[in-house]
Amino acid sequence: MNQLMRFSRLHGDSKVAPFVAILVLVTLLASMGNLLMPQDSIFYVSTYTITLLGKYLCYAMLALAVDVIWGYCGILSLGHGAFFALGGYAMGMYLMRQIGDRGVYGNPDLPDFMVFLNWSELPWFWQGMDQFWFAMIMVLLVPGILAYVFGWLAFRSRVTGVYLSIMTQALTYALMLAFFRNEMGFGGNNGLTDFKDIVGFDLQADTTRVTLFAITALLLAVILVVSHKILQSRTGKVIVAIRDGESRARFIGYRTERFKVWLFVYSALIAGIAGALYVPQVGIINPGEFSPLNSIEMVIWVAVGGRGTLIGAIVGALLVNYAKTKFTAIMPDGWLFALGALFVFVTLYLPQGLMGLYKNIMDKRCGGSSGDKPNDDEPALKGGDA
Amino acid sequence: MRRLLAILCCYVVASMVSVQANEPVAAINDNNVTPTVPASTEITQTEADTVSVEGLLVTLTKVKLSKALPVLKQLEKVGGAQILPMFESMLAGDLYFVKSSKEVVAVTKVNGEITAQAILTQQSLGQLDSSLVKKIRVNNKLRGYLRQAIARLQISNSDPAIRLDAVKALLKNLSDETVATLTSVRPNEGDEDVLSMIDLALALNQSNSAIAHERLAAVKVLADSLENEARNKLTKLADNDSDAKVKAAASKALKSINQRIEFYGFIDQLFFGLSLGSVLLLAAIGLAITFGVMGVINMAHGEMIMLGAYTTYVVQLMMPNAIEYSLWVAIPMAFLVSGLVGVLIERGVIRHLHGRPLETLLATFGISLILQQLVRTVFSPLNRQVASPEWISGSLEINPILSLTLNRLYILAFALLVFGLLLIVLRKTSLGLNVRAVSQNRDMAKAMGIKTDWVDAMTFGLGSGIAGIAGVALSQLTNVGPNLGQAYIIDSFMVVVFGGVGNLWGTLVAAFSLGIANKFLEPVTGAVLASIIVLVFIILFIQKRPKGLFPQKGRAAE
Amino acid sequence: MSTLTDVREVMRRDQVWSFLKNEQKQVDVSHDVILYVEGLDLSFDGFKALNDLNLYVNDGELRCLIGANGAGKTTLMDVITGKTTPDSGSVYFGQSINLLKHDEAAIAELGIGRKFQKPTVFEAHSVFDNLELSLKQQKSVVPMLFARLTPTEIDRIDEVLNIIGLKEQCFMQAGALSHGQKQWLEIGMLLVAEPRLLLIDEPVAGMTAQETERTAELLTSLAGERTVIVVEHDMEFVRSIARTVTVLHQGSVLAEGTMDQVQNNPDVIEVYLGEAP
Repeated sequence: MNQLMRFSRLHGDSKVAPFVAILVLVTLLASMGNLLMPQDSIFYVSTYTITLLGKYLCYAMLALAVDVIWGYCGILSLGHGAFFALGGYAMGMYLMRQIGDRGVYGNPDLPDFMVFLNWSELPWFWQGMDQFWFAMIMVLLVPGILAYVFGWLAFRSRVTGVYLSIMTQALTYALMLAFFRNEMGFGGNNGLTDFKDIVGFDLQADTTRVTLFAITALLLAVILVVSHKILQSRTGKVIVAIRDGESRARFIGYRTERFKVWLFVYSALIAGIAGALYVPQVGIINPGEFSPLNSIEMVIWVAVGGRGTLIGAIVGALLVNYAKTKFTAIMPDGWLFALGALFVFVTLYLPQGLMGLYKNIMDKRCGGSSGDKPNDDEPALKGGDA
Repeated sequence: MRRLLAILCCYVVASMVSVQANEPVAAINDNNVTPTVPASTEITQTEADTVSVEGLLVTLTKVKLSKALPVLKQLEKVGGAQILPMFESMLAGDLYFVKSSKEVVAVTKVNGEITAQAILTQQSLGQLDSSLVKKIRVNNKLRGYLRQAIARLQISNSDPAIRLDAVKALLKNLSDETVATLTSVRPNEGDEDVLSMIDLALALNQSNSAIAHERLAAVKVLADSLENEARNKLTKLADNDSDAKVKAAASKALKSINQRIEFYGFIDQLFFGLSLGSVLLLAAIGLAITFGVMGVINMAHGEMIMLGAYTTYVVQLMMPNAIEYSLWVAIPMAFLVSGLVGVLIERGVIRHLHGRPLETLLATFGISLILQQLVRTVFSPLNRQVASPEWISGSLEINPILSLTLNRLYILAFALLVFGLLLIVLRKTSLGLNVRAVSQNRDMAKAMGIKTDWVDAMTFGLGSGIAGIAGVALSQLTNVGPNLGQAYIIDSFMVVVFGGVGNLWGTLVAAFSLGIANKFLEPVTGAVLASIIVLVFIILFIQKRPKGLFPQKGRAAE
Repeated sequence: MSTLTDVREVMRRDQVWSFLKNEQKQVDVSHDVILYVEGLDLSFDGFKALNDLNLYVNDGELRCLIGANGAGKTTLMDVITGKTTPDSGSVYFGQSINLLKHDEAAIAELGIGRKFQKPTVFEAHSVFDNLELSLKQQKSVVPMLFARLTPTEIDRIDEVLNIIGLKEQCFMQAGALSHGQKQWLEIGMLLVAEPRLLLIDEPVAGMTAQETERTAELLTSLAGERTVIVVEHDMEFVRSIARTVTVLHQGSVLAEGTMDQVQNNPDVIEVYLGEAP
């Protein structure tokens, strides 16, 4: 009895805290390296690197979003790029409005592409996007509502497994087609770009870049901790239970579709935030972000790192993207070969990802003493496909 | 910014092109006026009888461009059918004369080298140096005249098809001479189609008559025609004619013509829908089999289609002199290539992921990336053009509004044939029996001694092989590129989802209904929006019927 | 003063505010019957899985359902628990609750627990977590986000752990349990929710003789307080626990009575010796 009480308190897993600490430390060092160090110092971190790191962290956040639903709830979404891109577009629209009359055509209200298309006034969905707070609400609201509607439709009619994956892929594909159209009013093929500043700060300035990077890191840490708490809670346990035995959960009395919908929405919100942080750092958002390939690439980050472990998803995203940067610099044509091979290799030989590998090695080294201790951060992945 | 400039440039170029396109029309209008004007014309006409073709040709090399028209008219009158090749090469801008001898020649340029041909005797004069010849210039006015003259000359051709085309060409502009020619050839015309076309031309002319009842009679003839010119004329009459009767008759005729056009337009859309449906069917049916039997989605299915298309390309490269027969080689080759790759994928990867459908999906996606990149490396990332054999190109012209392209027609038939064959394979062969057994109850089938491993590999090979065949068909419709498969894969998934898993008839119905729906939405909403609407519809559809149109029922399906 | 007492009354720590109380529909068993199944018809693609099936189960009874494969036992359970909707017929829980109008989750909340043919537990969770999730509690997203284990709940889990004999394996991953232990864990998951009606599909499949005996004990001890319906192929086991046995055949009830009555029923003999296993 007493033992039970103690167990329930000690149930938490210990790896998130050190990880967050490392994240914060690296962020601080990198920021100071950029702002305080002289350019010729070996500790100097170039703005290019800062931006690259910021981009990676956005991807890490996105991977976290995918992992939350795939690793913990067994829902393989091949359409998370859609939520990412929608968040990005909301931010992009705000940044577009911030350009004001500094565009090529100098129109104070209309972005350049609208002037070029001979539009006389701002479409209704661009109204209010010049307000930062409003745009930020949209960053959350648009992906959130899409995820809610789609999730509600899909989970209520019990669309699962590969069916669901295909539907999500179709969703992002449809959105990609739509955003490629000039008539949609999102800049068509070229998307939104040529941003000048954000809430009054010059986007090209080092300080703005470092701040954006730091905000990304901070939000990543917050989201990591919050996700961890959610998954540790009873709701989190139900989510894992749904992954391993949805009908059992239903017969116990859980309305599994509601849990899935809310988790899906939560995940979409994270993706939307990641997209919103990505756009000012990269400086462009275009319909290519909706492409099915992007969405499926996110899944492989998570698979490489180890699904069902939050830290694994982050590590996977960082590693794969670092590899991509290096690889495309050395031999651009080889990257798709490498990525394809990675897909096959990971699914065949590394089903639990690097974190699973790490755990196996540690277990062996410790003589398997932790055999029957439960570890909620790394649930067995046996039923992950159910 | 650079993009904006590029687009601007496009606009400028486009407007220039349209100006050029307008010019011939103006020239033709001028042409109507010319016979009545200049004095120089009369002079030439008086000399007409005495002048020989050869002499006129020499004159042609000497006169100024603005004075060339009367000479050409003389040539038409004197030369008759013999002058046709000269008119044709002049129209094409290939007519030159040798500076020294003033002999008029037709010239073909290959890589800057000039080969000349005597214009009247068609004798080859061999290669000439380009400095020795001079071009006989043409302007739009002359071109307009030449076209008409060629058509007039062709009316007496022995081939009815050429005669028909000639009359059609004349419809566009009926000068008095043309009408006279037409009237003269009419009594001797034996071919019915040509005859009715001539009647139409005469009626068109007659509709300009000052007498109301003649116009009325003309309207009656015009009402039966679907030619553009007839419709334009009727529209004019319906709007402007002074006589109320003619006006009413014209608008009535116009209405019935429009109805017929609408009807044929509908048929046309239906045909395009069926055509798209047949492509979807070919692309999706292999997917339906593998999904139905093994429960896995093969994301590399699109690349199997692509491999089939590239196989066609390679086959044509290897037999450049026998393009006509290349498809008959390409079809089995594509089946084998894609099928073998499919079996390799199954043996090498999918087998090890048994019971993990989501991971199979990821792994096969990886394979699709590798295959795409492989093709890019081997064949270049650019699109490749696959030649169509003679017998598959061209179109079946039913009437001026409706013509069905032969390649689409063949592919439609081909898709149905493949579907039928597949049904027979699944129904009548032992492989089919095994496949059906495994798809219904894998464990039981295993217990009955069916080698499920073997069945899996064969099913996958079969599904991929059919995708390869689909690639051959697609290569006849579009260019072949590394992204060919990608374009069709999501639509194929939708077909499978819509039709229901494990039901070939469902796939058939789904493919054709999605194809037709797409093509009927397109004119209303545009192509992109049409495919979006279809996607959204399917997302909503599986709310009501999560298992597709024709679901498997019962406890086994859970 | 009265205000103070009022406040005290409102703030009493041993009571839950009325508006926070989990309103649960009470099953009306005033006529002693807890489950009415009447005129149930269901066909899959022309195959009649259920054919005008009628079944009445008394409150507190331990009822055994037997019948050949395809007799409709599992399908009947599917209908009662809301997994499958019948073509026609009615299923009432007590006097007033129409089960056909509820979905699986709602039916489970009403107090009907079901154990599957194949043991299904949450393999990635520990035995303890499995039971924690099965507790009778408010099962919606937000409240569960902030739910903490209460001492009462821990007591309840402890109690059930003792009943099913998995105290030792409390923190083991459920996936690592043996087949028989999983069966028990699943029964435990039903028990911890304190259901009124338990539907148990083949509880002793894959159990040793000793385990089977313990299961029989457990089920008999449950009857009385709860109503139990057991589907089982093992005739010895059925004989050892059953008071009333219902024989299903081709989707309808063939015979009903004590084990002896049923075994001597001429219809049953004909069906069992004449046709199926």
